[in-house]
Amino acid sequence: MTKENIIKPENLVYKKSTLLNDNAMHYCPGCSHGVVHKLVAEVIEEMGMEEKAIGISPVGCAVFMYNYLDIDWEEAAHGRAPAVASAIKRLWPDRLVFTYQGDGDLACIGTAETIHALNRGENIAIIFINNAIYGMTGGQMAPTTLVGMRTATCPYGRDVHLHGYPLKMTEIAATLEGTCYVTRQSVHTVAAIRKAKKAIRKAFENSMNGKGSSLVEIVSTCNSGWKMSPAAANKWMEENMFPYYPLGDLKDKE
Amino acid sequence: MAEEVVLMKGNEAIARAAIRCGADGYFGYPITPQSEVLETLAEEKPWETTGMVVLQAESEVAAINMVYGAAATGKMVFTSSSSPGVSLKQEGISYIAGAELPCLIVNIMRGGPGLGTIQPSQSDYFQSTKGGGHGDYRLIVLAPSSVQEMADFVSLAFDLAFKYRNPAMILADGVIGQMMEKAVLPPFRPRRTEEEIIAQCPWAANGKKKGRKPNIITSLELDPVIMEQRNIHLQAKYREIEKNEVRCEEIQCEDAEYLIVAFGSCARIGMKAIEIAREQGIKVGLLRPITLWPFPYHKIEHLSHHMKGILVLELNAGQMIEDVRLALQSNIKTVHSGRMGGIVPDPDEVVDAIKEKLMK
Repeated sequence: MTKENIIKPENLVYKKSTLLNDNAMHYCPGCSHGVVHKLVAEVIEEMGMEEKAIGISPVGCAVFMYNYLDIDWEEAAHGRAPAVASAIKRLWPDRLVFTYQGDGDLACIGTAETIHALNRGENIAIIFINNAIYGMTGGQMAPTTLVGMRTATCPYGRDVHLHGYPLKMTEIAATLEGTCYVTRQSVHTVAAIRKAKKAIRKAFENSMNGKGSSLVEIVSTCNSGWKMSPAAANKWMEENMFPYYPLGDLKDKE
Repeated sequence: MAEEVVLMKGNEAIARAAIRCGADGYFGYPITPQSEVLETLAEEKPWETTGMVVLQAESEVAAINMVYGAAATGKMVFTSSSSPGVSLKQEGISYIAGAELPCLIVNIMRGGPGLGTIQPSQSDYFQSTKGGGHGDYRLIVLAPSSVQEMADFVSLAFDLAFKYRNPAMILADGVIGQMMEKAVLPPFRPRRTEEEIIAQCPWAANGKKKGRKPNIITSLELDPVIMEQRNIHLQAKYREIEKNEVRCEEIQCEDAEYLIVAFGSCARIGMKAIEIAREQGIKVGLLRPITLWPFPYHKIEHLSHHMKGILVLELNAGQMIEDVRLALQSNIKTVHSGRMGGIVPDPDEVVDAIKEKLMK
């Protein structure tokens, strides 16, 4: 059988989302961002919201998300994406408005904007990539860096006496009256990817149905920042991240 | 129908004028002496009439980023604050300038530095006219000196902001925000429809219609060659604004031998000082910059030719005087007079300053 005989429309079982363009991603091999970008693109397309989606990209590795998904984008200042999204959604209620933020952006410099947007019950969805490190700036300590974990700014390991404890923003979000759906997922296995996609879909649908705020945390790897191979990073995440950041729904008002 | 004259505070005039001129949204945070802007909007409930969104943000930082978000979709939005709060907004203002978004920022100035005082001041002149945040950028800065101008400058600021895709600022001191005067509010202008916004702002990120490229609002560009070109583009726009949008008012300058340069409440004090001085036989005139940026350099240079001295009257330690000196080609005597920390000078002090500093 030749290649030409195989590549036919009737044989297609999978295709790339039309929203994902052909720009080469700047992410390191093994990074979780690429997978989550794909899921966001697929969900928007499957919901038929291509013309109504407005994404807010953060400051951090995902700042250039606007280069990969062909929808309208706003690039927010560090941590301010939930405020940016709040205003857009209030002024354009029929648009799908979501933010995509890392741990430094969402759980450190943007803590106030995150908590208050969620607490107001803004009809937005927040995708929160938690890889326990500042990736873009070269691997510094994040608010979610685990105790004992080594980074460029805690080279001897995170010490609670010096740095305090890793912040569980998703647990905090679940306590807020304005949130309707708060969940923690990962994308390190095919099964996990499927579950994460369902979570993103639910969060996006909630925002369009006026149910309030949704937060989807994706516990992720940063193999470059963690200085591990992609496979080793996945294993390390399972053994170290998941016990502190357990996967599953924290809140579902449905 | 006769125009309706209403007695109100300057801050109220801003809020009521914004509703009437078709503003889509306001995002603010309480701070004295500007809180009446948010209070008036909350009382007026424009979301029930024009559909305008009003939201009390969790901070000035959040409020300016809400403005950034909404402005990037082509909506006509504004925020207001007072000096310490406007300092907090500077990062967002820099992003708005960098992304070339139209919006209005109102600063009802109070005395600083730091938490300072809640009394009036003009000590944010440098911050407003020279940049304020990081990077090379300019705001179009309008300086009202009456409640009527507070009302009138809202739509003017929005018009200029959209014309040039640039943030505009109304810079008023606490006197102008708090004092009550009679004013006529602008006529109602309906909010733009979605179709009108998309037609007016084809660059805006409000949902990618089929057939067009994604609209991406960002101030980020890591390639220095492209980033320099962006800066060159911004500077060319600023030169265009300088050429077209200088506004100022001349009062009794024709026969004047001494010139007061003042804006905002100081211009009002200056007008009374002119009256007192002229009763004493001293011919004084006033040049009131209405746009602080672009600054009326040429007008001041032109007027200086028949003056014996210039007094720059400001509620600060001497900020606008630097621009007045930049304007002058000759070494005509140019002095500053002003009070700081929330003190407002009385007109006699100004006349004394002319005698002491310019006539001796």
